[in-house]
Amino acid sequence: MLRFVLRRLLQVIPTLLLLSLLVFAWLRALPGGPASAFLGDRATPEAIAALNRQLGLDQPIFIQYGQFLGRILSGDFGASTITGQPVLAEIGRALPATVELSLAALLIAVLLGIPLGYLAASRRGGPLDVSTIMGTLVGVAVPVFFLGYLLKAFFAVQLRWFPPSGRQAVGIDATDVTGLAVLDGLLTREWDASWDALLHLVLPAVTLATIPLAVIVRITRASVLDVMGSDFVRTANSKGLAPGTVRGRHVLRNALLPVSTTIGLQVGLLLAGAVLTEKVFVWGGIGTLLADAITLKDYPRLQALLLLGALVYVLVNLLVDLSYAIIDPRVRLT
Amino acid sequence: MTGSKGAPLLQVRDLRVAFRRRGEPETVAVDGVSFDVAAGQVVGLVGESGCGKSVTSMAIMRLLPQRGVHITGSVKLDGEELLTLSDARMRERRGRDLSMVFQDPLSSLNPVIPIGLQITEVLRRHRGMDKEKAREAAVELLDRVGIPDPRRRITAYPHQLSGGMRQRVMIAIALACAPRLLIADEPTTALDVTIQAQILELLKEMVAETGAALIMITHDLGVVAGLCETVNVLYAGRIVERAQRHRLFGTPRHPYTHGLLRSIPRLDAPAGEALEAIPGSVVDNVPWTHACAFAPRCHRSVERCLEVTPAGETTGGRLLRCHNPVPASAE
Repeated sequence: MLRFVLRRLLQVIPTLLLLSLLVFAWLRALPGGPASAFLGDRATPEAIAALNRQLGLDQPIFIQYGQFLGRILSGDFGASTITGQPVLAEIGRALPATVELSLAALLIAVLLGIPLGYLAASRRGGPLDVSTIMGTLVGVAVPVFFLGYLLKAFFAVQLRWFPPSGRQAVGIDATDVTGLAVLDGLLTREWDASWDALLHLVLPAVTLATIPLAVIVRITRASVLDVMGSDFVRTANSKGLAPGTVRGRHVLRNALLPVSTTIGLQVGLLLAGAVLTEKVFVWGGIGTLLADAITLKDYPRLQALLLLGALVYVLVNLLVDLSYAIIDPRVRLT
Repeated sequence: MTGSKGAPLLQVRDLRVAFRRRGEPETVAVDGVSFDVAAGQVVGLVGESGCGKSVTSMAIMRLLPQRGVHITGSVKLDGEELLTLSDARMRERRGRDLSMVFQDPLSSLNPVIPIGLQITEVLRRHRGMDKEKAREAAVELLDRVGIPDPRRRITAYPHQLSGGMRQRVMIAIALACAPRLLIADEPTTALDVTIQAQILELLKEMVAETGAALIMITHDLGVVAGLCETVNVLYAGRIVERAQRHRLFGTPRHPYTHGLLRSIPRLDAPAGEALEAIPGSVVDNVPWTHACAFAPRCHRSVERCLEVTPAGETTGGRLLRCHNPVPASAE
């Protein structure tokens, strides 16, 4: 087990190296650059050249890459060309917001998706099943930003149940511990801050959760149906076991194997969905950083964010593989 | 006890199972099957693939899906009608009074649960044993079905055992609560030939030891020969011949039974003699409604066979459903 984890972690290094090269080359292959984006359309070529020199972008590209790698190894991802601030510090500040949003969305998707998928499968062809299938289709088909605006217009503007944007109401003075606002409020017993953060979290989290929720429901449903028809479930029934035992011990445990893989893949996609969701709800997390960096061609920030995304993806899938080995004794980690 | 002569342990009367799908004509898998199993008796249900033998056993166990399946007739265990029993009451009897061993032990065992738990869960459900007691009982059961080092094996997963070992575990599960009736559906078909005999021997021993009655479902007459007292030969959902084992093997009367026996290789046959096969397959069947389903494949069929459904007639303890049976003197 330990050897497996170590080996997988070592495999991350060449993956990231290759990815860094791709990201680096791809960014510089795009027309324009940070200087022209920063100085605007009417900047003189001289001004652009001067800024490029200042940013080190006049050097041959392989030298730039070498310098980039060298700096990364010492933990320096450079400074943002937009703000001039160290990229890592920026990311560090924005990360908790995105982590909180993604965790909340994942929690909704998993805690709602698995039971819903199970119920749909066990009442196959019934009204619940049919409406679930239609609901998941809609969930996948509706664009995230559109759903976000829709929820905001109805629940925040019309009904005023939830705040329309941001993470904290004016006048709330919350203490920062982990950066996850709801958790911080609980830890410091600032109940009003926690409640306020939760209210802010609901709409963005629901928005971000729709696609993973729909996918998890569909996979769970298909997987449960598959397992229900298997021989060992017939055996379980032939033993006269209570329906609850058959469901929990025999059907669900086996049905969750493919679902756990799906959850891992969805975590990666959550980051992509977070960009749009954060934009709609003015969330101020990684997604916002990324969106700005793309618009303004902020090479250092983009490189750091893309590598971070890849790292998260690889780590999450490592966790999935580990969980697989725990639920399924046939999987050997070697 | 219900060992009295009048009331058999299991009484199947006119069992009919039809599969219905919207927009399609119904498929009748079992078409009026009747047979008895006395307490402690070993009864064979023989026939080729698709003759309805598995569906019969699943109907007795009430394991067929409720939707799309239409079951009529009567199945009585110890005088209690099973077909109309509530689901909850049926679950109480299943695994306790009647249980089943399936064909493929690998797919029939839950892959992600240790075999110990798969045995103890039956004991805890029907015997109300606590965890510790059930564990001890499971170790003893594994020992009885011939699994070496049972105390260690109890934590093993199905994939860590060989095919024969897995089937032994299935038998341990089925016999855990000492049922009155055990149904074995092709229990040796998925196993290596060398293991088949061991498993049959084990079944025979265990049934004798626990006093359970056994319905042996198989396409293999060799299995029947060593095990069953009474043999039912099934064709296209109906019993075409039933007799005591030695009578059936000695003087098969139905052409289908006759053909089945002739297609077994024999050591005492003259060298170079070709094996006889029954021509055609079940797809050639005609419906029982106005003919004999076997007629198109039958070498003894006469005109009447394609015009009138043969009735099952019992003479001298033998049931025969044929217009033109093989003469009793032949062979």
